[in-house]
Amino acid sequence: MALPQFQAAPQFEEYVNATDLSAAVAALADGQGTPVAGGTDLWVQKELPGAVAGDRLVNIKNVPELKGIAAADGRIRIGALVTMTEILGDGRLKDAAPILAIAADRFASVQIRNAATIGGNVANASPAADMMPPLLCADAAVELAREEGGAISTREVTLSEFFTGPGRSVRESNELVAAVIVPIQPGRYAGFCKSGPRPALEIARVSMAITGEAAGGKLTNPRIAFGAVAPTPIRCTQTEALIDGKPLDDELIARALETMDGEISPIADHRASEWYRRHLARTYLEQELRHVRDG
Amino acid sequence: MSAMVDVTFTLNGHTTSLAVAVHDSALTTLRDRLDHAGAKLACGEGECGACTIIVDDISVNACLMPAPDLDGRIVRTVEGLWEGDGLSKVQDAFVRHGAVQCGFCTPGMVMQATHLLEQQPEMSDAEVRRGLEGNTCRCTGYSKIVAAVMEVSRDAATKTAEAAE
Ligand SMILES: Cc1cc2nc3c(=O)[nH]c(=O)nc-3n(C[C@H](O)[C@H](O)[C@H](O)COP(=O)(O)OP(=O)(O)OC[C@H]3O[C@@H](n4cnc5c(N)ncnc54)[C@H](O)[C@@H]3O)c2cc1C
Ligand code: FES
Ligand code: FES
Repeated sequence: MALPQFQAAPQFEEYVNATDLSAAVAALADGQGTPVAGGTDLWVQKELPGAVAGDRLVNIKNVPELKGIAAADGRIRIGALVTMTEILGDGRLKDAAPILAIAADRFASVQIRNAATIGGNVANASPAADMMPPLLCADAAVELAREEGGAISTREVTLSEFFTGPGRSVRESNELVAAVIVPIQPGRYAGFCKSGPRPALEIARVSMAITGEAAGGKLTNPRIAFGAVAPTPIRCTQTEALIDGKPLDDELIARALETMDGEISPIADHRASEWYRRHLARTYLEQELRHVRDG
Repeated sequence: MSAMVDVTFTLNGHTTSLAVAVHDSALTTLRDRLDHAGAKLACGEGECGACTIIVDDISVNACLMPAPDLDGRIVRTVEGLWEGDGLSKVQDAFVRHGAVQCGFCTPGMVMQATHLLEQQPEMSDAEVRRGLEGNTCRCTGYSKIVAAVMEVSRDAATKTAEAAE
């Protein structure tokens, strides 16, 4: 019997330290670049087959255009390099989309939060990425940048249309995630639930975010989004429509749980069985809807 | 072969230049190339905090930091905590409280405690425990470690109170 062949880990043949956005997109233009920001996903995954997009490592950490949180046209632009620690500390973002800080507070450890970027969390396209259900609830859009005819060209994709499968998205290999953009929606109810093997450093078995205008035992214009219960992070739009602005009595909550159960498609893996993931999703949604009802 | 790239950075106050493999981490560079073995390699995956260093005043897991990204940074490791001719306040408190446990995780604990105290000199017991979550290993109870950090934190509180009088 032939012994299994060990494949040599992919090595980077080239390195570009991009110091502005045009240098960064130029280094990705031929589709052979692998961007790196915080490294908290890439430096763990880089030995795995397929994890490295191209053999030119493009360090984007020194690109000023990708840094910082700024308000513009009634929206907030969160640069791709903004870390979880920065999201936690930003007062304006806390008002505009409180769900983001609530979720960032449950993210890994201080050291990881200090390095992990929002752009990396989006680009990695993991079905379990913790910031995705909150961003889906915040009606976020992704700003993508690439080089076209020697200039920077950008496009915006709503987050709900961004993911196409586990680790896959509409982002092309020559594109960078430049920013995540959220509308300013102050005063909305914000709930976030997450389960993992231990309180810190967990990869979610299930995560859920819920937002809306809560008043009089009703949730109006609701958003309900889950991580790790489908091939991509998802919004449960049928469940949202069912409860929109209606009194959250026991019967409606029961129907909401059934509807949600039909919208998710969890898998079984080493972290949890399908049954357990469905159980967690129902428990979280029930808990949150009761919380909204009972004030 | 991984490409090599020249980096220049400040390591515990000293300008340091060398060529690193693009594929390497800051941790292996410090340990294997620069004889700074204070930061430990344990999990290599960001889970244990034994490799914690402070880069541009922020604590990170050195095992996940790409080596070429060292360029231009200000890096502090446990070797650099020595103040003048003595231990830093955090180190001194760890020694007096016997806050050692297995010992292997201690440099990372000390660096993370240093970072937490720099960010927020006065902390509650709960804040210290949360701040050290990236270093906890489930071996034992961390009581002495928390006590050591709390002592430094209380000293800071006393100083603030005295200054206000
Ligand atoms: C111990 C540990 C705990 C973790 N805990 C959590 C957790 O609780 N929740 C969670 O969601 N995640 C967690 N993660 C995963 C990781 O920290 C996050 O996904 C993080 O946001 C990734 O950001 P980064 O900047 O480190 O990405 P990097 O590792 O730098 O990059 C990730 C991927 O995205 C690409 N990329 C990065 N930035 C861009 C960009 N701007 N444009 C295009 N492509 C880009 C890279 O090429 C790479 O493929 C954890 C990881 C570790 C090691
Ligand atoms: S060795 Fe870096 S976190 Fe464990
Ligand atoms: S790793 Fe040091 S006590 Fe657990």
